[in-house]
Amino acid sequence: MAPVRPDDDAMEASLAKYIWRHTRSQQLWILSIVLLSMPTYFFALDLPKRIVNGPIQGEGFDTPDATLPYMGISLPDFLGGVTLFEGMDLGRFGALAYLSALFLLLVCVNGLFKFYINTYKGRLGERMLRRMRYELVDRVLRFPFAQFRKVKPSEVSTMIKDEVEPLGGFIGDAFVLPVFLGGQALTAMTFILVQSFWLGMIAFGIVMVQAFIIPRLRRQLIRLAKERQLTARQLSGRVGEIVEGVSAIRTNDTSNYERSDISARLGKIFAIRYEFYQRKFFIKFLNNFLAQVTPFLFYAVGGYFAIRGELDIGQLVAVIAAYKDLPAPIKDLINWDQQRVDVQVKYTQVTEQFGVEHMIRKEAQAPLLEAVPRLDGEISVSNISVIDESGAKLIESASFSAPIRSTVAVIGTVNSGAETFLEVLARLTPPTTGSVSIGGVNLATAPEPLTGRRIGYASPDGYLAQASLRDSVLYPLRHRPLTDAEPDPELSPALAQRFKLETRISGNLELDFRADWTDYEMAGASGPEEITAKLLSLLEHVALEQDIYDLGLRGVIDPDTLPGLREKILEGRVMLRDRLSDAGLSDYVEPFDPDAYNNQATVATNLFFGRRIGHVTGDDDPTSHPYMRTVLKETGLDEPLFRMGVEISRNINELFADVSPDDPLFEQFNFYSHEEIPTYQGAVLRFGDKPLEDVPADTQRMFLSLPFKYAEPRHRFGLLDDDLRDRIVRARSALRDGLPEDLRPTIEFYAPDTYAASASIEDNIIFGRIAMGVAEAPGKIRAMVLKVLEDLGLNDTIREAGLLYDVGTGGKRLTATQRQKIGLARALIKRPDLLIVNRALSGLDPKAQRRIVEKTLADAREHGFGVIWAPAQTAYAALFDLVVVFDAGKIVQTGTPDELKAEGGVYAQITG
Amino acid sequence: MGSIQDEVDLLRRIPIFAQIDPNKLKLLALASERLTYADGQIVVQQGDAGDAAFVIIDGKAEVIIETPTGPTTVAHLQRNDIVGEIAILCDVPRTATIRAEGSLQVLKITKDRFVRMLNDFPSLGLGVMRVLADRLARTTAELSTVQRELEQARSG
Repeated sequence: MAPVRPDDDAMEASLAKYIWRHTRSQQLWILSIVLLSMPTYFFALDLPKRIVNGPIQGEGFDTPDATLPYMGISLPDFLGGVTLFEGMDLGRFGALAYLSALFLLLVCVNGLFKFYINTYKGRLGERMLRRMRYELVDRVLRFPFAQFRKVKPSEVSTMIKDEVEPLGGFIGDAFVLPVFLGGQALTAMTFILVQSFWLGMIAFGIVMVQAFIIPRLRRQLIRLAKERQLTARQLSGRVGEIVEGVSAIRTNDTSNYERSDISARLGKIFAIRYEFYQRKFFIKFLNNFLAQVTPFLFYAVGGYFAIRGELDIGQLVAVIAAYKDLPAPIKDLINWDQQRVDVQVKYTQVTEQFGVEHMIRKEAQAPLLEAVPRLDGEISVSNISVIDESGAKLIESASFSAPIRSTVAVIGTVNSGAETFLEVLARLTPPTTGSVSIGGVNLATAPEPLTGRRIGYASPDGYLAQASLRDSVLYPLRHRPLTDAEPDPELSPALAQRFKLETRISGNLELDFRADWTDYEMAGASGPEEITAKLLSLLEHVALEQDIYDLGLRGVIDPDTLPGLREKILEGRVMLRDRLSDAGLSDYVEPFDPDAYNNQATVATNLFFGRRIGHVTGDDDPTSHPYMRTVLKETGLDEPLFRMGVEISRNINELFADVSPDDPLFEQFNFYSHEEIPTYQGAVLRFGDKPLEDVPADTQRMFLSLPFKYAEPRHRFGLLDDDLRDRIVRARSALRDGLPEDLRPTIEFYAPDTYAASASIEDNIIFGRIAMGVAEAPGKIRAMVLKVLEDLGLNDTIREAGLLYDVGTGGKRLTATQRQKIGLARALIKRPDLLIVNRALSGLDPKAQRRIVEKTLADAREHGFGVIWAPAQTAYAALFDLVVVFDAGKIVQTGTPDELKAEGGVYAQITG
Repeated sequence: MGSIQDEVDLLRRIPIFAQIDPNKLKLLALASERLTYADGQIVVQQGDAGDAAFVIIDGKAEVIIETPTGPTTVAHLQRNDIVGEIAILCDVPRTATIRAEGSLQVLKITKDRFVRMLNDFPSLGLGVMRVLADRLARTTAELSTVQRELEQARSG
């Protein structure tokens, strides 16, 4: 573990400081734009008064054709008061038109200012959000290992994804909004004061009340917001636990315990939110009330002054117009303050979670673009102890040294410290005291590349992220981009350049993810072409070659990814057919024949003569599309298929009536569920014997969809006769030829000389259905398929296809044993100088474990790399050069297997 | 492919199924796979986990037990015989190997299906008990005969 400096790596405690530090210049820029927009805003407020008083009321226009000068431009007095433009004389109508046009112009200018400011702020916020999220993930990557035992993955992801989101919205407004709104409010206030001192004082008084009371009322809201955030986060943590622990829930019938827990949590959240809303709406009510009281005072007091002639009507109108603009900024300002406190709460909570002590230093993980030197020399462990969070001593004063290039078995009973010792060597657990160096590299201080690229580590719970098998194994080779990335075809070069710049501005890592990061040379391959062979030999090493082969055979792959596959498989299809007939086994497979009904397949497969891949209509019913109905009618299949549907339904209703609803037979027969039996029963009674045209469309469909799933050998109701089979085969071409555009992507038609891309390689070779009911057919056919593939020289290609298999989330589409083997392959792919294996093969049977251990040790001795292995079976210790025996956290014996055998002691006990 | 009715008729002739309503037997037949084995093929391997019982529809099969001296044929099965029901009732490995003698047709009744039938139709359980008790009585009788003979041999 890299060294830690707890303090200088802490996150900024104050959000405002954090924002200011990263966006200072941008904030200043936007501030100046806001200030620049103020004069036009003020001017726009002033204009209505001038329009009303001037052209409308005729102030200054003494006679109907009197004119006044407008549009004059002169420098202010302190610059000498020079007149730049004399202006023009305008009459009342001219002045009205001019001033109104000016008003419109100002509205536009104000709008444009707002537009620019908002866009700029939005971008600013998004950048900061990006930076913050990046920083949080960066910190997760640098968490000390012990931290991962405390955090719940879903809580961490909720924090990064959801909880910082509102911060992004606030960041753009952090400094701009108070200035902007404050400026607006101040402008409006000043304006009102200039018009009438007393009206101004009234408005000011109300604003003060708002500014004083509201924040106090809001304190409760903040507390509630905090609680709301915490409970929501815990909820997401619990939901994550339910998903991950679902097998424990199902096997123990604790689903209702979980439901009750969730219900209790939701109840708590409800209570918090309800209180929150009550308070929030009360505050809103108060705010609105205060805002409405002011105009009342204006009308009453202002009207009084106007009647007495102390205030002209234009002024009153302007004051009221200006006041209309006052509550909004004030309210927004209060909102802003509320939001500020709110996001500060969120920010503090998040930073507390991520401000973990003993984080790995940034520099230790800094990208290193050069290759690193090989590790050579000694492993030297001096006097290390490991104490866990509970204070238990996992390892006590252990010292050990050996050349790196030796093979060492570390054994002990469970919890003896052997596993922890290997974790220390792999830098996963830092020793509490003592030091470890490998080949002169001190594990406490060395940058991660020095060890991470030269030491291979495999543990039993190796996690696999979702990727192809190939990518899963190649993952350890990805330390640095080795090529320049191909330009993204979806981005113009200019845009790509801008995105790059954005990356830098947001403080994100600039290494291009789209470049090729795979270090082929590290695996001993010259490039992507050679790596496949390396991968396959490595997978053979960990006894996965058969699995890979099977995955390839059964996997659906895009045939174009493997050149020549298509043609070869089609060749194999013919070969298999010939061999089957030579061996007299032709009736083991019923091939897909465009001119014959395939008895082993369903009516649907026979009618489509193809595979349905997804469905456009959203349901699984092939008769739901109007085109299908038309085809059935035109080919005269609708009547017989409807009759067949009724017969199927009669059989099902009779046989299944008192079968329990959860019986897997329903799934096996796959027609309809137990609940639907009464519906079908009723429909059979009413319409079962009626001519098709008297049956309502819905009922027609109910029954028509049934035969599509029917296959004689599976369902054995004896419902297909030669005539119907014949008609179905004849309908194929009609269906195919008229297929509308929207259905085309949903069906892949079979053709004896075409590769079906939606089917597996195995299905493509067999191109038919294996006869049901012949006990030896599946095994025999499989053996023949394998032989055909071998004779075609396709074995490697099939394995390559297997490498494309998607391992699923967390590798769950593989078995636990397969995952463990992949784990070891991953540790070996980078040809480490030191291989550390921590009970990584515990799921394998002892024989298989032994084979892999022997093979790995032989490789290590031949190629000169070191191995430190805590074998799941202690009996294998004798295969290693050196054995270290742990007991109760201490190294109790060290020596060659022969020495220890002679010595006896714990070694003799546990290898017994 | 034989018709479903043949299988139902066949099942009815087997003592433990004799009391069951024909409709249920039809369901059982439908839910079960009908398999054809060629001469010499292994239907069940001694020591494997048992997941199904088999009813012989047509043909013959031999029951073979591995002994220290090599495999020994202990019995022959024919049409209407049911075999393998012990393994699916009490989770013990197969106690014997069954091999087809000539072409053999069987109905494979899976463990899951059989247990479900037992749950759904208690009368079936009674039938099974009767058959097993019968067998137990016979085995006990045989055992005491053997014991007596053994004692006589010792004292003699």
